[in-house]
Amino acid sequence: MDKTPEQINEELLYPLYHASWRFYIAVAILGSLVVAAFAAWGYQIYYGLGMSGLNRPVFWAFYITNFVFWIGISHAGTLISAILRVCNAGWRRPVTRCAEAITVFSLLIAGMFPLIHLGRPWLAFWLIPYPSERGIWPQFRSALLWDFFAISTYLIGSVTFLLLPSFPDFALVRDRATGWRQRIYNVAALGWRGTPKQWHRLEMAMRIMAVAIIPVAVSVHTIVSWDFAMAPVPGWHSTIFGPYFVAGAIFSGIAALIIAMALLRKTLHLEEYLKPVHFDNLGKLLLLMSLLWFYFVFAERLTTWYGNFPSDMPAFWLTQEGRFSKLFWTMVFCNFLIPAPILAIKSLRTKVGWTVVASIPIIVGMWLERFLIIVPSLSHMYLPYNYGSYSPSWVEITITVGTFAAMGLLYLLFSRVVPIISIWELKLGIHKTEASAFLASQEPVEQP
Amino acid sequence: MNAIYGLYPDPDSAQRAFNMLERATSDLGFSDRNIVVLSGEPYEDYGFGQQNTVTLMPWLAALGGLIGGLSGFWFVSFTQKSYPLISGGMPLITKWSNGIITYELTMLGAILATLITLLIVARLPDWRKGKLYDPAISRGKILIGVTNPLEGTRDEIEKRLRTAGAEVVKEFRK
Repeated sequence: MDKTPEQINEELLYPLYHASWRFYIAVAILGSLVVAAFAAWGYQIYYGLGMSGLNRPVFWAFYITNFVFWIGISHAGTLISAILRVCNAGWRRPVTRCAEAITVFSLLIAGMFPLIHLGRPWLAFWLIPYPSERGIWPQFRSALLWDFFAISTYLIGSVTFLLLPSFPDFALVRDRATGWRQRIYNVAALGWRGTPKQWHRLEMAMRIMAVAIIPVAVSVHTIVSWDFAMAPVPGWHSTIFGPYFVAGAIFSGIAALIIAMALLRKTLHLEEYLKPVHFDNLGKLLLLMSLLWFYFVFAERLTTWYGNFPSDMPAFWLTQEGRFSKLFWTMVFCNFLIPAPILAIKSLRTKVGWTVVASIPIIVGMWLERFLIIVPSLSHMYLPYNYGSYSPSWVEITITVGTFAAMGLLYLLFSRVVPIISIWELKLGIHKTEASAFLASQEPVEQP
Repeated sequence: MNAIYGLYPDPDSAQRAFNMLERATSDLGFSDRNIVVLSGEPYEDYGFGQQNTVTLMPWLAALGGLIGGLSGFWFVSFTQKSYPLISGGMPLITKWSNGIITYELTMLGAILATLITLLIVARLPDWRKGKLYDPAISRGKILIGVTNPLEGTRDEIEKRLRTAGAEVVKEFRK
């Protein structure tokens, strides 16, 4: 990259100082959808949880689907960024902050759903481990409480992982800003100066964080899968659920990251920073995860079918040939049959547009997968007298649409206040590449 | 604090200045601790970027993890004993499920210990005014200088900083 540090600063800080009319229109549209979602939630709080489609025996549906889906999307960022850091993959540098921001926002959105699902959100503090008036603590043997600890740890870790490498960039913005903006970024930079000691400790902290956050991320989605696998519900009580959920989460996470990067690239004119090679590399990972996803689904379905347990089969056939079969086969198309061929062909995978074409159906397919894990099993559980059905109400649909809008809105606003590409890491990458190129160009010294 | 410093356009000239200052400590009456380096990115491949590289941070993270894990296990076991309630046919203190919370708090302890250690050793936050800094650093320049130089040596330090390749030499007074 033939750019001076000043040019890089200029180009990457441009979105912080300038916004086009498209930005304000996007904020207005997304903001309206978020307001509509909050209004729908308010309506549900006022009139009760009966305003949703939840009814016996399907007490988990859209809200828990969204919860699991957004936790999955959160694996886009911190986990992928941490793995690439640990592997010292040089191409990660322009990608990491885009990815880490997705994690933080999707965790915040996912965290809303247990509150929405409670029906009486003012009692949410019962989830927090403290003794009630009768001295009874929450049930630590419950998988639902494990979620509280896992998601809290992951959120704290992800926010830290996002913030730590941001301090030098906040200092950079501080140095260029004036007035109130300078005061705000001065506070955000924490007085960063860039001494060798600060740099060394920051890099050391990032290495430790990267190592620590990978097992946390894996544990989070494993524990979310145990919300289901620990229950004796047909189709849920499976040992494969932990790795199956983790693989699905990384899969949907990478797809979300590709879409977000493509949008940023287009709207913020980052073509020289987010290059086709980044999409190509992420596309390879996505292809791997698509194959892995298909393997898990096949293994899980085959085991259920071959086992032929009377309690498992009604829910199984419901997804294969019954009411939910259209959704099931749409999921297979979206997660495997569409993206895998696109991503397997190099000439398509190396084009940004095609990686996006492969990623969009994956988002749809992975949402459907979460829904198909939850609803068919609950609606056809054990004896036929207990069978039921589920249709979402307008409240659930509005809230679901609102969460996608919230993700877009938060991301849009984030890109206006924080450089979406880690500038100092990018410069460091250029500097290291130049040093390697210089060393490679030297004539080898002949040994005597 | 007073200082005299040069701004260098590239790490090679900054390294020359750094080497020159290290050699000149006895001539010009300052110690290694008076040499100051500030940059907009880490230069760990260069000598001037390799100061203070000894740190206990990984050990402190491990200690934080240990404290987090032990306190997590103690906390969950304590709650189970404080109101003994058998559920699901499980023992009162259930090692399998308590292990999950112990694990999460181990990782949380390590993460928080890393964060706190970083903030302490990197002396952050520090919003005090009057610290040596130059906004040119964020434009890619590398600052190499000497803090609290002796009065009679300023001209000589300035001359040597320029000789090493400084684009500009400045004085800083608090």
